[in-house]
Amino acid sequence: MPPITSMEKAMEDKILLAHGSGGKLMHDLIQSFLSDIGNPMLDKMDDAAVFDVKGKLAFTTDSYTVQPLFFPGGDIGKLSVCGTVNDIAMSGAKPLYLSLAFIIEEGLPVAELKKILGSIKKAAAEAGVKIVTGDTKVVNKGCADKIFINTAGVGIVPDGVNISAANARPGDKVILSGNIGDHGIAVLSQREGLKFTSPIPSDCAPLNGLAAEMLKATKNIRCMRDPTRGGLSTTLNDFAESSKVGINVAEGQIPIAKAVLAACELLGLDPLYIANEGKLVVVVPAKDAAAVLAAMKKHKYGKNACIIGEVTAEHPGRVVMKTALGASRIIDMPVGELLPRIC
Amino acid sequence: MKYVEEYRDPELGKKLLEKIRQYSHKPIKLMEFCGGHTVAIFKYGLRQLLPKNIEMLSGPGCPVCVTAAADLDKAIALGKIPNVIITSFGDMVRVPGSYSSLQKAKAEGADVRIVYSTQDALAIARENPDKAVVFIGIGFETTAPTVAASVLQAEQEKLKNYYILSLHKICPPIMKAILDRGEVKVNGIIYPGHVSSIIGSRPYQFIADDYHIAGAVAGFEPIDLIHAVDSIVAQIEHNHFIVENTYRRGVKDEGNIPALRLMDAVFEVGEANWRGIGNVPASGLNLREKYAQYDADKHFDINVPPAKEPKGCICGAVLRGVSTPKECKLFRKTCTPENPVGPCMVSAEGSCATYYQYGEGYGR
Repeated sequence: MPPITSMEKAMEDKILLAHGSGGKLMHDLIQSFLSDIGNPMLDKMDDAAVFDVKGKLAFTTDSYTVQPLFFPGGDIGKLSVCGTVNDIAMSGAKPLYLSLAFIIEEGLPVAELKKILGSIKKAAAEAGVKIVTGDTKVVNKGCADKIFINTAGVGIVPDGVNISAANARPGDKVILSGNIGDHGIAVLSQREGLKFTSPIPSDCAPLNGLAAEMLKATKNIRCMRDPTRGGLSTTLNDFAESSKVGINVAEGQIPIAKAVLAACELLGLDPLYIANEGKLVVVVPAKDAAAVLAAMKKHKYGKNACIIGEVTAEHPGRVVMKTALGASRIIDMPVGELLPRIC
Repeated sequence: MKYVEEYRDPELGKKLLEKIRQYSHKPIKLMEFCGGHTVAIFKYGLRQLLPKNIEMLSGPGCPVCVTAAADLDKAIALGKIPNVIITSFGDMVRVPGSYSSLQKAKAEGADVRIVYSTQDALAIARENPDKAVVFIGIGFETTAPTVAASVLQAEQEKLKNYYILSLHKICPPIMKAILDRGEVKVNGIIYPGHVSSIIGSRPYQFIADDYHIAGAVAGFEPIDLIHAVDSIVAQIEHNHFIVENTYRRGVKDEGNIPALRLMDAVFEVGEANWRGIGNVPASGLNLREKYAQYDADKHFDINVPPAKEPKGCICGAVLRGVSTPKECKLFRKTCTPENPVGPCMVSAEGSCATYYQYGEGYGR
């Protein structure tokens, strides 16, 4: 049997403060990361990643904290890659490189960190992005909640693509890539120990492949966003506000899984306000809607795509839903934390 | 989804609405006494769909809105006592008391935890034997039985660190108080759905008999509510006032007997302080003497300065159905869901938040 290194010994159970202090333990920890997610650029371990790019750059960053760390359909690792990849992809850009930084609470089981790294590796491979630089800090117990991850990313925006929340025009169609509410309900039910007969998995997924297929169908995508925190309602309101237009959606046209709907009924939550991590919503000119929709339906993350509404010159800045009974109501942004009802 | 979709059938709804339009032309004022109904009415746009002669008012039906500032101040003061864990239903933490809110107290270091049921609160008490766990017992007859059950369970398990701050309120007395005030001339009442699932439809009979006011117990889907309005309008047209139970899938006329027994075993009826209305006799539930050891009010020495209401806020008048949120000078200006001044803007079931959230015919 080979001798046990200091690293392996320390890795047996918990992350220690010493892992963050820059010495031998730190070195060994980084080496173990590299074996999981390494690539030539990261393996150099220089202070900065150096690479050539040509074209217009898209650059974004996001920090991830989720409780519990592991939930049906994903974990914080997968989330930290997909979230940043998706933010880049929503500008129409092809994501290329990510940075990856951890703030770890002392005492995190090493096995959990390993599992998270495995998810990061898998998600990065699926998205076709490389992790080229990173950082790790370990903080005292109680100074962080198990692990926080920050990722930043860059991508190249193809010529002729100009996507912004401010670009919607009256007459445009609004297309959603699939069922809403899966991620929020998956995390909430896991966190609160709510058991449903069929567990609801998170929809967490990298959307750059889907976005690329859509851009192949037309470069005329006006607005595109992944409705994460705040849900579909927030994204639609952002479009309406930034573009100074109104958006009309019809009740019953927004796809929601039965289990999610049932969970929402039970908890008194509105699926329109619940986070998604693998969906996107686009605004396209009416003439391009059919082509974009067809391209989306062909992709595995857009199978359930459908047109959910249209842009109007009326009621600028507001999103209005026509109810099945023929009334209309405002869909506003949510406020504060989503809380289950009392009775 | 079974038992939901049937009650959202747009064709059936349109037929019922047409029927109401045909036979009612008298001016009618209806009041609902349930925050869940208020939200459903707005969410499904029922006010727009009903004929103009039917006016819908919201009464004191939102459990967190009716909690008096003084009572909230007590809850917040409890949270500031060392080694006390406050457990509360979600909405309650955002409601402002006179000087702070549970949410702010939490940010300042109080241990405030949102729970989904008293079972969660009991679990926290078991896990923290060296701390006192206080459950903020708010709500109407709907929530009181589960709180009663938790007290009995705590007794059985010999839990010594579980307490209830009982702010529970009961519905029929507040209906009587609103009617006796005579500030609003109500012709019909949509009786609450969840509350009635516990107390049944019979406790409202005095309203039909003594006040000659039409009424129907309703569910929360659009067809439920339209059905109830249809029943009330028919009663008014025929001058025949009853309490019709249009929510038979959820409500038995006699109520939920085991839940009522449970409630009666643990609580006794007493005076309660209602936000915007004041003290109303026999409208609240206090822990019986037998369970005094679980009574946070008796166990802790809570001293709070006199309560005060936010300046310019008309939540009281809104809760009594005298004013609508739109009549408030603060509404949408200084008072928004992001920055609420009064309780009706905080709770998702509050009238002001509902007006704000759903707009009325999107004419903000």
